Amino acid sequence: MEKMSRVTTALGGSVLTGRTMHCHLDAPANAISVCRDAAQVVVAGRSIFKIYAIEEEQFVEKLNLRVGRKPSLNLSCADVVWHQMDENLLATAATNGVVVTWNLGRPSRNKQDQLFTEHKRTVNKVCFHPTEAHVLLSGSQDGFMKCFDLRRKDSVSTFSGQSESVRDVQFSIRDYFTFASTFENGNVQLWDIRRPDRCERMFTAHNGPVFCCDWHPEDRGWLATGGRDKMVKVWDMTTHRAKEMHCVQTIASVARVKWRPECRHHLATCSMMVDHNIYVWDVRRPFVPAAMFEEHRDVTTGIAWRHPHDPSFLLSGSKDSSLCQHLFRDASQPVERANPEGLCYGLFGDLAFAAKESLVAAESGRKPYTGDRRHPIFFKRKLDPAEPFAGLASSALSVFETEPGGGSMRWFVDTAERYALAGRPLAELCDHNAKVARELGRNQVAQTWTMLRIIYCSPGLVPTANLNHSVGKGGSCGLPLMNSFNLKDMAPGLGSEARLDRSKGDARSDTVLLDSSATLITNEDNEETEGSDVPADYLLGDVEGEEDELYLLDPEHAHPEEPECVLPQEAFPLRHEIVDTPPGPEHLQDKADSPHVSGSEADVASLAPVDSCFSLLSVSHALYDSRLPPDFFSVLVRDMLHFYAEQGDVQMAVSVLIILGERVRKDIDEQTQEHWYTSYIDLLQRFRLWNVSNEVVKLSTSRAVSCLNQASTTLHVNCSHCKRPMSSRGWVCDRCHRCASMCAVCHHVVKGLFVWCQGCSHGGHLQHIMKWLEGSSHCPAGCGHLCEYS
Amino acid sequence: MNRGGSSPSAAANYLLCTNCRKVLRKDKRIRVSQPLTRGPSAFIPEKEVVQANTVDERTNFLVEEYSTSGRLDNITQVMSLHTQYLESFLRSQFYMLRMDGPLPLPYRHYIAIMAAARHQCSYLINMHVDEFLKTGGIAEWLNGLEYVPQRLKNLNEINKLLAHRPWLITKEHIQKLVKTGENNWSLPELVHAVVLLAHYHALASFVFGSGINPERDPEISNGFTLISVNNFCVCDLANDNNIENASLSGGNFGIVDSLSELEALMERMKRLQEEREDEEASQEEMSTRFEKEKKESLFVVSGDTFHSFPHSDFEDDMIITSDVSRYIEDPGFGYEDFARRGEEHLPTFRAQDYTWENHGFSLVNRLYSDIGHLLDEKFRMVYNLTYNTMATHEDVDTTMLRRALFNYVHCMFGIRYDDYDYGEVNQLLERSLKVYIKTVTCYPERTTKRMYDSYWRQFKHSEKVHVNLLLMEARMQAELLYALRAITRHLT
Repeated sequence: MEKMSRVTTALGGSVLTGRTMHCHLDAPANAISVCRDAAQVVVAGRSIFKIYAIEEEQFVEKLNLRVGRKPSLNLSCADVVWHQMDENLLATAATNGVVVTWNLGRPSRNKQDQLFTEHKRTVNKVCFHPTEAHVLLSGSQDGFMKCFDLRRKDSVSTFSGQSESVRDVQFSIRDYFTFASTFENGNVQLWDIRRPDRCERMFTAHNGPVFCCDWHPEDRGWLATGGRDKMVKVWDMTTHRAKEMHCVQTIASVARVKWRPECRHHLATCSMMVDHNIYVWDVRRPFVPAAMFEEHRDVTTGIAWRHPHDPSFLLSGSKDSSLCQHLFRDASQPVERANPEGLCYGLFGDLAFAAKESLVAAESGRKPYTGDRRHPIFFKRKLDPAEPFAGLASSALSVFETEPGGGSMRWFVDTAERYALAGRPLAELCDHNAKVARELGRNQVAQTWTMLRIIYCSPGLVPTANLNHSVGKGGSCGLPLMNSFNLKDMAPGLGSEARLDRSKGDARSDTVLLDSSATLITNEDNEETEGSDVPADYLLGDVEGEEDELYLLDPEHAHPEEPECVLPQEAFPLRHEIVDTPPGPEHLQDKADSPHVSGSEADVASLAPVDSCFSLLSVSHALYDSRLPPDFFSVLVRDMLHFYAEQGDVQMAVSVLIILGERVRKDIDEQTQEHWYTSYIDLLQRFRLWNVSNEVVKLSTSRAVSCLNQASTTLHVNCSHCKRPMSSRGWVCDRCHRCASMCAVCHHVVKGLFVWCQGCSHGGHLQHIMKWLEGSSHCPAGCGHLCEYS
Repeated sequence: MNRGGSSPSAAANYLLCTNCRKVLRKDKRIRVSQPLTRGPSAFIPEKEVVQANTVDERTNFLVEEYSTSGRLDNITQVMSLHTQYLESFLRSQFYMLRMDGPLPLPYRHYIAIMAAARHQCSYLINMHVDEFLKTGGIAEWLNGLEYVPQRLKNLNEINKLLAHRPWLITKEHIQKLVKTGENNWSLPELVHAVVLLAHYHALASFVFGSGINPERDPEISNGFTLISVNNFCVCDLANDNNIENASLSGGNFGIVDSLSELEALMERMKRLQEEREDEEASQEEMSTRFEKEKKESLFVVSGDTFHSFPHSDFEDDMIITSDVSRYIEDPGFGYEDFARRGEEHLPTFRAQDYTWENHGFSLVNRLYSDIGHLLDEKFRMVYNLTYNTMATHEDVDTTMLRRALFNYVHCMFGIRYDDYDYGEVNQLLERSLKVYIKTVTCYPERTTKRMYDSYWRQFKHSEKVHVNLLLMEARMQAELLYALRAITRHLT
């Protein structure tokens, strides 16, 4: 409202009104210019030259200046300009190099006034002096700029840019004698109109042609230039050397640039190719345009602010043969759609996260996720005083500092290096990995491995040796033993509940089971914190995760098997638990099928807790064997994998995926697998575990992943004689027809592995060199170098 | 490809031009004499090129740096008469063949083969067959277009149009290629392909225009038989010994004649320059001049005494004799004059509406990064290259002449510059030169040594090579402008 009132005063009582509107022209426009009274606009193009009146609701064609029978090339306009002092005076630049002036005051139909045919090439730009009535400036492809006095028949002075072609000329608004010109070679020159012999100043502004420039209407020394290099630069010309003040990077070459009236830092741009939109930039915020007009369907060729003191009306002409009036308040504002968020890692693993304040506040519910393991250390609010958009200015910055040791990924590296992924029977792999996990203090993972072994290994392959092993483990650890007692105590309860649900239906059993498992967890976690030597916060994190999982999972998987996922924390009773619960769902599935079976299971289950471990397990195995195909668990395993991946432990997900191979692969969709693989490989490579990552790539079954190994496997060799790359074969040079790599021992060409000394660069067949260096420490080539082989 | 032997079979390696063929048909006893030229070019005496070469370290360095084959091939040798230009040429060529780009390396060479095959340029084909195999191309593809993937085959249409009648390319052609499907081209790939096509069409013009000889020691290491056709008819090469047949060359120019010819050209240039200042042609006059030039180019070749055979005769011969047609479809499709009599008027391409500097560059650079800068530099280089000499005269501003050459080529492709007075073309380019220009840019395979010799007799060979460079780049730019305009239209 404020601005509107100012406009009113500026216009001496008449208020500019209008709406966003457009009208169809008969032909593509090349340029537009506005009359001083802000009520008329002239559109010029190859085959159009018309004046339109801008009315409240529409454009009205007022005058067609293209008269005459035969279309002349003089009328094929590259540029048009309306005098800002004289409403009747117009000038056009023709593509054939003619500068034409038009006098609307002429009584005849043909308003053509004067014709200047001095330029040899296309005239790219014409410009009237802002205050002088009769001075016109033109810039042409032939590299010359000419200044015309309209009272005379030819040019007053000619300025030679000493360069290919002039793209734009603009009189300074403040300095009477100065004008700027831009060139195809990227230069900008400043001229004094009284001195045609040489330019006052010249500097290179852009890489490639500078298509346009515009003086700031208020700031004396500011010049905006736009170039093919997709940049808009604002220069301060008051200093001794032109200083680049601002630089805006756009997405396409900049065809026109126009400062926005009454807004010191705003300018409008349109592009020459590809991009059809008009942008208004705040030069201090060079990354996101302040406003965007998307009306045109083809490139915008001309833009003009309707009134020199009104910032809200923009006119534009386009190659799509339309003329538009844009209202600033109707512009789309990309900032509103953008999510102003920033995320960055510090040198020491600190994480900074900046976001719009409202966004942070609104999504505080998600906070626990991001701040899961690390705690926000400080929370800073910073207001940019220069910021014009108050709403966008306030952003919140949170920094999450890594706690010493807490962020250490030692466990990841160790795990990656020590896990066995292939080459042994499944059971052994599982056991090995469980052991690795346990040694690293990752009990949950260890349990998962143990469980997997039980699920997937046929009992024949899991003889008592394994059991002994786990028992031994339990005993030696001490702590888990205690747990197991605990759990044993709990287990009968669970077992009975399970039986209960079998008779009563599953609805109630869920809650009960979950409750009990929850208590189980709290139990465990107390004990672990007490006795363990692992950093407490890490465990804490783990436990949080588990709880998460529980609450996350229970609404959707209201299944009695749920606890299995969690319970396997401890060694023995849990196994028993697994054996115990599954009949539940199975029973539910085919209730009518075998009541007997379930009965017998129930017996076993109830027996279990009181039985000795060994007997219990053997029973369970038998049971497993006879009744439960491994497929039965695949849903469960899938959920487990998803759970780990969600939690960020993609290592576990991938390792299990590899080890189980066909057993689970079909249950998880290809894309997810690929995603896991790639994230894990990426992680491995970040930790420089090249060997492991390669192994993973090799073992992966996803095609997209395994082809990673096929990429960039070419080794380029240069010939040792002519130093040119050997393109066809690695051992013979096409150029000099010589064999490049000879073995220093046997003097034959090396076609396979070539090993060479980095000191003297002699080498040969790997075997030969190895053999040689066993017996001698000197180079086999006889150069006297003491080669080393390691 | 062995040009050393003196057996009659060596002569058979040369294509016989239609004229000789006719003569031969009539009189079987005619013995064809051995071609007498050696060195990189059949038109230019070896010593001209070699002399220039031996001193030039720069060229060797450039070859080291940018040549894909790693040796100084004949094209490079001839171009090294203009080292400045050679650098930008090799850089851009190296970039499109070897550096980052959307197309795989064998594809690039195959596209080059396809492009060169449109003009039956066996020199370029052989070169790229070699490179194609070296970069791991599938040898089977070399059996012809039926053996290549459909995707490459789809490029055929645009190759054909681009080579002979680029003004016919529309956005529909582009749409057809990029339309999603099994064999579609992505835009960056397409732009890469278009740049390659245009480059090799134009380069074929240069090869024929400068009479580039086949490489001396082609490496037939891979056991693939190279097409051993030299496109120069023996009759073209034999006239080195100055037995000018008056009836064929159309007039016997003495040295005095050609001297005055040069003087006259200089005189005309001077007059034109002065004329500008005082007399201006009317607008109507200007636009009719373009039309006139366009129309006149119609008669240029067919009016030539030497090649005044019915068209069909020509084309048939071409098809039969060349082994290269397996890389192309529709071999009969050739250049057709932009302004044909009695046909509907095609819209003139207004150069100011779609210029290389403003539009072409931006598009090409957007889709195939950095090539824009290289091409831009090359165009700029060739347009501005001058030594301010004309034959024996020094300190001459040749801008006008260069512009006339460049614009005349564009004129034949229907591209019009509003700010150019096409009357200048008429004044500056004599008829024999026009014949040469038209042949080199539109039907390069028909270029003969006689054509090369018959214009600008007083000029140095290096200057004629300069002319060829201008023609080549003007042609490439014209093709690119049409193709890129179609892509732009597809985008909007």
